[in-house]
Parts: sequence; structure tokens; C-alpha cells
Amino acid sequence: MSQLMLTYSLLVAQVLLGLAIGCGALRIFLGPRAQDRVLGFDTLSVNAMLLLLTVGIRTGEALYFEAALAMALFGFVGTVALAKFLLRGEVIE
Amino acid sequence: MNGIEHLPPWAAVLTAVFLLTGAAVTLIGSLGLLRLGTFYERVHAPTLGTTLGTVFIAAASMVCFSVLESRAVLHEILIVILGAVTTPIALTVLVGAARFRDTAERAQLGEPVGRAMPHAAPGDASAGKAD
Repeated sequence: MSQLMLTYSLLVAQVLLGLAIGCGALRIFLGPRAQDRVLGFDTLSVNAMLLLLTVGIRTGEALYFEAALAMALFGFVGTVALAKFLLRGEVIE
Repeated sequence: MNGIEHLPPWAAVLTAVFLLTGAAVTLIGSLGLLRLGTFYERVHAPTLGTTLGTVFIAAASMVCFSVLESRAVLHEILIVILGAVTTPIALTVLVGAARFRDTAERAQLGEPVGRAMPHAAPGDASAGKAD
């Protein structure tokens, strides 16, 4: 019974995180200026990382955790690089 | 689906509650990203939402794997620390870049460069303009 509840709540959580990813993608498409698009990219990468964590809980494999850690790291690096590009016009001065 | 069915009921319920709370908070933050008016308001919503959502979903993962393997599996705390440290840094740099762009644009248009906040001046033309 409680296992069935956990299965369904995993499904619901994945659907909610998918909708959150959709919000980020919509902001990337809509966003009136470049900084809005960068903000949408940051939200999308963090939400995709959370979705990977829920997939890890569903399958019971520890491998997804490492992928999620790498994804969080690369999302941060990408956001900072894009922000530096908006600030200066080049990433490495 | 290997492993979840071996969870005891209290751990399954705790994991489910943490998962649903985290996913709901994350979705609320991302909806704020979609619905708020100006860029400087939009920055707040996903930062708060995704940070708290990361904490909850990592807690769910910690409970699940700790009970399944009968030992403390705490490496998800790395993701929480990484998120809590990097999100403010990344968005502070981003807001600095946006403020620089707004200021430069106003100087180019010949407007007074006092306040760079778009919502500080009502009826500002640069608030919703496309690049």
C-alpha cells in the first residue's frame, strides 16, 4: 500500500518537475532580453538535475546521483560564463 | 523498480512526502519565473524555489537509500551544499550584468543614469523591449 503510494508520488513528482522544466524552457523562448534567457537556462538546468535525482530514487541506482552532481556543477559554470559574456562581451579576458 | 518495494512503510511515506513537497516548491518557483513582471522580480522566484526544492528532494533520496542499504547514505548533502553555494553567486553575477546592460542602454538613449531599476521609473520603455 505505502509502496504503491510511493510509486504514484514518484510519478507525480516527475510530472511536476517536468512542468517546471517547461516553465524554464518557455522563459528561454519568450524572455524579452538576454538576461531572462540566461535565468531560464539556470532554472532549467537545476530542475533537470532534480528530475535526475527522482529517477535515481525510482531505479535505486547510485549512478544517477553522480550525473546529477556533474549537471549541477556544469549548470553553475554555464550560467556564470553567460553572465560574464553579457557583462563584457567575452568570457575570458 | 528494484529496491523501492523493500522499503518499510514509514520510510516510503516519508520519502513520498519529501518528494511531493520538493517537486511542488520547485514548480511554484518556476511558475514565478514565468509570471512575474520585470527581470529584477523574476530573479527571486527560481532561486528560492529551486534551493528549497533541492533540499527536500535530496532529503527524500537520503531517507530512501539510507533505509534500503541499512547505513547512513549522506552523499546527497553534496548537492545541497553545491546548490546553496552556487545559486546566489551565479544570480548575483547575472543581476550585475543585467544592471550594467540597463545602465549602458540608458546612457546610450541619453536618459539620466540614476536608478537602473526598470520599475523605479513608471512607464519605462526599456522594461519590456526585446533585444
